[in-house]
Amino acid sequence: MSQFAEQLKRSLAIAKKNIKIYYSKGPVIIFGLVFPLFLALAYVIGRNIALKEVLPGIIAMTTFFTATSVGPSIVPWETRSKTLERLLCCPIAFWAIILGDMLSSFLFGLVISAIPLLLTLAFNVELLNFAALSLGLVIANLCFSALSVLLSAYPPTDIPATSMMLSSLVKFPLVFISGVFIPVEQLPEWGRIVASFSPLTYFADLTRQFTLKIGFYPIAIDFLMILIFTVVFLFAAIKLHERTLAKRIS
Amino acid sequence: MSAIEVQNLTKRYEDVTAVNHINFEVKKGEIFGFLGPNGAGKTTTIRILTGLLKPDEGKAFVVGYDVAKNPIEAKQCIGVVPEVSNAYIDLTAWENLTLIGKLYGVPAQKLQENATKLLKEFGLYEVKDKLVRGFSKGMKQKLLLCMALVNDPEVLFLDEPTSGLDVESARLLREKITQFNRDGKTVFLSTHNMEEANQLCHRTAIINHGKIAAIDTPENLRAQSMELQYIEVLFDRNVNIQEISKHPSVSKASPAGNKVRIYTANPSDVIEFLADFAKQNGTRILSLNTMMPSLEDVFLKLIKEKEASPK
Repeated sequence: MSQFAEQLKRSLAIAKKNIKIYYSKGPVIIFGLVFPLFLALAYVIGRNIALKEVLPGIIAMTTFFTATSVGPSIVPWETRSKTLERLLCCPIAFWAIILGDMLSSFLFGLVISAIPLLLTLAFNVELLNFAALSLGLVIANLCFSALSVLLSAYPPTDIPATSMMLSSLVKFPLVFISGVFIPVEQLPEWGRIVASFSPLTYFADLTRQFTLKIGFYPIAIDFLMILIFTVVFLFAAIKLHERTLAKRIS
Repeated sequence: MSAIEVQNLTKRYEDVTAVNHINFEVKKGEIFGFLGPNGAGKTTTIRILTGLLKPDEGKAFVVGYDVAKNPIEAKQCIGVVPEVSNAYIDLTAWENLTLIGKLYGVPAQKLQENATKLLKEFGLYEVKDKLVRGFSKGMKQKLLLCMALVNDPEVLFLDEPTSGLDVESARLLREKITQFNRDGKTVFLSTHNMEEANQLCHRTAIINHGKIAAIDTPENLRAQSMELQYIEVLFDRNVNIQEISKHPSVSKASPAGNKVRIYTANPSDVIEFLADFAKQNGTRILSLNTMMPSLEDVFLKLIKEKEASPK
């Protein structure tokens, strides 16, 4: 087996370990399940809008919150319990550890966000669009989970709550500028410019394209931008974590 | 090929030099002790050798691999028992072992066999499905050693492995380390416990302020410090210790319980003197023992010498 494939296999072992340990942690349940559920309820209840209209926003929001709920806590937790040192003593490349963290965050997001995705079937969404949206959901989960791991890189804290709080400072503004509540086409010019810097904008746009058949960007651009953000976030997460690693193990 | 080779290794933390141009070599199949006081540079050296830290200068090779250039290959050949217990407390003993096995790429069948064998050997098989959170310190330490051995490493690094353990667990761990070494494997043991180093190690390095003070076998280290050998004598009544101190062959005399401890490089001279001393003072010698310096005495002497010498 090539070295790269062997390292990928070891990434999966890291992801499996994370699933066993971190999915049941309080902050993950709160930020990954309770929070998106209540936000979705607040978004739907008392508004005179058909469920089909709000479903794209709910899918985007759920995906974003769930996929970013596990990642920020793993490295601080492992720093505190010294298990990060244990992993670093093993013959696994650092990028493979980060990838494993990202995968566990990705799977959590994927499973939870599949629930609102399946709801779209109740609104006569064409199968082809459903398949395309599913693909978009997978890529978006990858993107947001890479972002979540990046969010735990700085500052190199060993307190998971600090990392979670700081990541919330980034996540909440992103939800409001990304066309989840107000579609991008309805934003003012400056709002559209700001929105274009958020990966969530392109996924929210994609969900509207495949469920309501209205959107702002071409579908190819939505896919391409989410992929670009994924690569940038993952690369930045590896580099930034590498840079702060010495402080974590000192 | 040496199991471990360290050349001019240096590590600095801002204005503190934790490891200062050290050189040593550990032969294959050797148990190599690494002694030093707190902050001497032991853990930093182990962290460099196990690929956790990058050196600022110098090189370190483990089983021929440069740990800075080929960290994955070097780590593939080693097992590590760290200073602080770092098994996953939210996983079971079995899950911890299989996780580490997978990270070393141990094939599934072999991993099952190794994990079962190790857990049985260390008396943890019955609790293999229990969360490590509920383990005692001794059980955690045994598990750490199992985790370090699950990949059947060439070199085993142990950082204070018996620190804080009960006598039985410490003895079991020492037995397992010796057994591992009997199979031709190399052990790098950092310890505060001089007796442990004396019992287990073929050679010992003493490090202080980031510099190696001495490297030799425990016997040779003791032989180099013959002035540290002492005589313990018990008289039938109290005697004037200052009188004993005045003898030219006595470097120091002090009370040790109801006995008198007399440090000397020339025990036979002092024994003759003590016989005369007893006669002159009308006292009897009830017991007299000549003691070789312990490794702890040598260690303290070397540390003091290094501290006294100009930097």
